Amino acid sequence: MDKSSFSPDESNRKFLGKLQERNVDVHACFQCARCSAGCPVGDYFDLSVMQVVRLAAYGQEDRLLDSDTIWLCAACETCATRCPNNIDITGLMDVLRELALRKGIRSSQPRIPAFHTSFLGSIQRWGRAWEVGMIVNYKVKSGDYIGDMGLGMQMFLKGKLKLIPHFIEGTSEIKDIFSGKGKEYDR
Amino acid sequence: MKLSYYPGCSLEGTALDYDHSVREVCRNLGVELIDIPDWNCCGASSAHMTDHEIGMRLPMRNLLLARDLGHDILVPCAACFQRLKAADKTLRKNPLLWDIAEYAPSGEIVHISSFLARPDILEAISARITLDLSGLAVACYYGCLSLRNPHVTDAPHWETPQTLEHIMAAIGASPVSWSHRTECCSGSLTMARPDIAEKLVGDIAVAAKRAGANAMVTDCPMCQANVESRQVCQEKEETRLPVFFATELIVAALSGSYPAHQQKTHLVSPEILSGLLQNRASEKEEAL
Repeated sequence: MDKSSFSPDESNRKFLGKLQERNVDVHACFQCARCSAGCPVGDYFDLSVMQVVRLAAYGQEDRLLDSDTIWLCAACETCATRCPNNIDITGLMDVLRELALRKGIRSSQPRIPAFHTSFLGSIQRWGRAWEVGMIVNYKVKSGDYIGDMGLGMQMFLKGKLKLIPHFIEGTSEIKDIFSGKGKEYDR
Repeated sequence: MKLSYYPGCSLEGTALDYDHSVREVCRNLGVELIDIPDWNCCGASSAHMTDHEIGMRLPMRNLLLARDLGHDILVPCAACFQRLKAADKTLRKNPLLWDIAEYAPSGEIVHISSFLARPDILEAISARITLDLSGLAVACYYGCLSLRNPHVTDAPHWETPQTLEHIMAAIGASPVSWSHRTECCSGSLTMARPDIAEKLVGDIAVAAKRAGANAMVTDCPMCQANVESRQVCQEKEETRLPVFFATELIVAALSGSYPAHQQKTHLVSPEILSGLLQNRASEKEEAL
């Protein structure tokens, strides 16, 4: 991380309010770095977990939404589980990813959000995850046509991939969930 | 005993055999499973990672369907378990916020291993086995989501869980003591960043072999698929470790057999188990 300083004026209060509303108390951090130490994917991050928490406490939303870390985080919850101050770091990462998507910030790891959207697209349509449809959709979205083709074939031959999806009866309820019904009061 | 059952999407697809073994174990123990009617996907990691509202409302729909059945909910998938637990806690705290008048069911959400490791169930399993699996050194692999975050899962021992070890001991297998039992295999990244998944799975498999394991056992369908498939991508055939589901091993011990159609579901050869069962069967015959 660069060593440049920033003033409290740059702090995004709306962002801090959002964290407070989700019970993510980033100001409780005393920088013990247990979160960074235990992170299984930390070697691949541009910002360490503790730096994410610290930048969040400074309200540095823009720097965070631009980072690789928020997408490379696997949501394994090791950091939040080991935090001595009970900071919901996984919840923080969730808020950051959600904001980055809503603001249309292009991730430098575009395949990861492409995977999430493909997975959710399958649920939105069928009510359950359908692997074949999800994989095809992901391949198109990410442009990663050849990756894991051999593995996919092996799984198919072992009968692990169903060719036909299962429709649940309550797909209209699922569509309501995806359309944001219940969100009218702007939580 | 009756339990509501939430299989989850993996158990209809890549882990279909896991579903079969869970049902078989429960049938054998006299536990009646009632599928939650018209259940939907819990949203898994992708939903809560990108949209809080969808990540909560998807599992909530299942909880409301299960409430009408009135039993504890048995969940074999670690990810489904964690999402249902998270939604249950959120809904109990403030049902009105989620447009539900009242929500206080007495039923609990139970992950498969916590259920199978109950003393009475362990005893029932031990009493019913045809062939014990002695000689199988297993690395019990929990992964993340049945344990973390303990505020959500209510797991009593999130760093040092013992449920799988107890289950393995009940069927005569020997759990090894090893380092990576609760490490993440990066299942949620495996499609988009296979390089990361290969590194993490490689470390986990090396640790299991270092401890003397000749197989791994898990209760998470994502871990099972990811740890087997990412070994196939990087390891030589003879150094790969098969990853069994705990219920798959229980069925093998209960029935004393490991049929070919079950062996076929593995990407890594499970011949260690078929060979072991053959040996155990001939030993038993000689003893008679």
